[in-house]
Amino acid sequence: MRQSNTYIILYAAAITFVCGGLLAFAAVSLKDRQDANVALEQKKNILSSAISLKEGDDINAIYADQVNGFVLDVDGNVKEGMSPVQVIIAREYKKAPKDRLLPVYEFRSKEDSSKIEYAVMPVYGFGLWNNIWGFVAVKSDFNTIQGVRFSHAGETPGLGARIDSDEVQDRFKGKTLFDNGTLKYVTIQKGEGVDYSDEPHKVDGMSGATLTGKGVNNMLVDYLSCYEKYLKKNAAANQ
Amino acid sequence: MSTATVEEKVVVKKSEPLFSKKNRALVSNPLDIDNPVTVQVLGICSALAVTTQMKPAFVMTIGLTVVAASSSVAISFLRNTIPSRIRIIVQLAVVSLWVIMVDQLLKAYVYDVSKQLTVFVGLIITNCIVMGRLEAFAMGNKPWPSFMDGLGNGLGYGLILMSIAFGREFLGSGSIFGYKVFAELGIPYQGNGLLLFPAGACILLGIIIWIQRTLNGFREAH
Repeated sequence: MRQSNTYIILYAAAITFVCGGLLAFAAVSLKDRQDANVALEQKKNILSSAISLKEGDDINAIYADQVNGFVLDVDGNVKEGMSPVQVIIAREYKKAPKDRLLPVYEFRSKEDSSKIEYAVMPVYGFGLWNNIWGFVAVKSDFNTIQGVRFSHAGETPGLGARIDSDEVQDRFKGKTLFDNGTLKYVTIQKGEGVDYSDEPHKVDGMSGATLTGKGVNNMLVDYLSCYEKYLKKNAAANQ
Repeated sequence: MSTATVEEKVVVKKSEPLFSKKNRALVSNPLDIDNPVTVQVLGICSALAVTTQMKPAFVMTIGLTVVAASSSVAISFLRNTIPSRIRIIVQLAVVSLWVIMVDQLLKAYVYDVSKQLTVFVGLIITNCIVMGRLEAFAMGNKPWPSFMDGLGNGLGYGLILMSIAFGREFLGSGSIFGYKVFAELGIPYQGNGLLLFPAGACILLGIIIWIQRTLNGFREAH
């Protein structure tokens, strides 16, 4: 009986039904928690690109208090009625740069809420094996990098995956994007352990992860060029 | 009666205590003389892939042990109903079920860890050890011994994984569990990049197999 086709088909159907049911149940009942984790992670990344967070800080409160998010088009104009939550960067990345929706998160000073302290821009690109993404925070001069946060989907652990470590990310601090009004970006160099503190557009590389570094460079060029008008406009206004 | 699946059948008497010698051997053998990685040479792929650092290796160990033990129990309960012609796909379905469950739970409750491991957790599905133990043991034994067997093999795999990860992280990056040992001691240390590549893991694994076989007096059968 156990070898009959009917039994096999029924058995397979039952297994599919039971497994599918259990998975659907798990996915639905855990979804709220998972979504909350993702949203919190996003806020944490935005905040930590600009300010240093301590263990136990209430991320949601700081975010609500200081961060003002809005969406731009490539000309630097604010898209009315849109919130950054509605923009999925991974989807925008596939569009032509001129059609992208560009979220910006501006940090207001605690003392004077009309003053912008930092502006945080999301970036998205491709590393060596898979997608990489992150946030770039600039100071109120819209030129000096306050900090960066990178994440990745599948860079080599110990090599390219180091882009998500503080050690590598701290190398971007204080570098500048513009040189006399032209966007020069910042570029990760080949090789590691070189002192680039006098070179505002060069960042020390990661040994064994030159290609991931190139991916980061391409990402910065691709995405920051979209924000060029926004940056220039604000840099001029804040001078 | 399924044929090739019962080769390692262990006869467990009804009155046998839970932690009888035989049952304990099911856990302890895979740690050494019957280690799934170094003796049976299974699960090599992930042993090379997730061992650059100790933390992901550790979580992978826990993940695989949970999946191996729980799938073994599930398959063992079902073993008398599974049609032998579709037994592999049934095993696969059960393993995938557990893997996705683990993945979903990690995402919901320990998001930080799941972020580090997403790809690796999914890879447990294809780990030969899990399917190998289901096919060779759980299909022919009662749930409790199957559980012990799954547990033992998960831990045996984890032991090797952690040993390789220790060697690779310590010599490759100069740290243990992300803690910079050499930097803390003030000793300048240039990490050995070779160990961070899969080739480095292969060399370490080879050395571990060599040591273990020497200690156990292993002879290749001719």
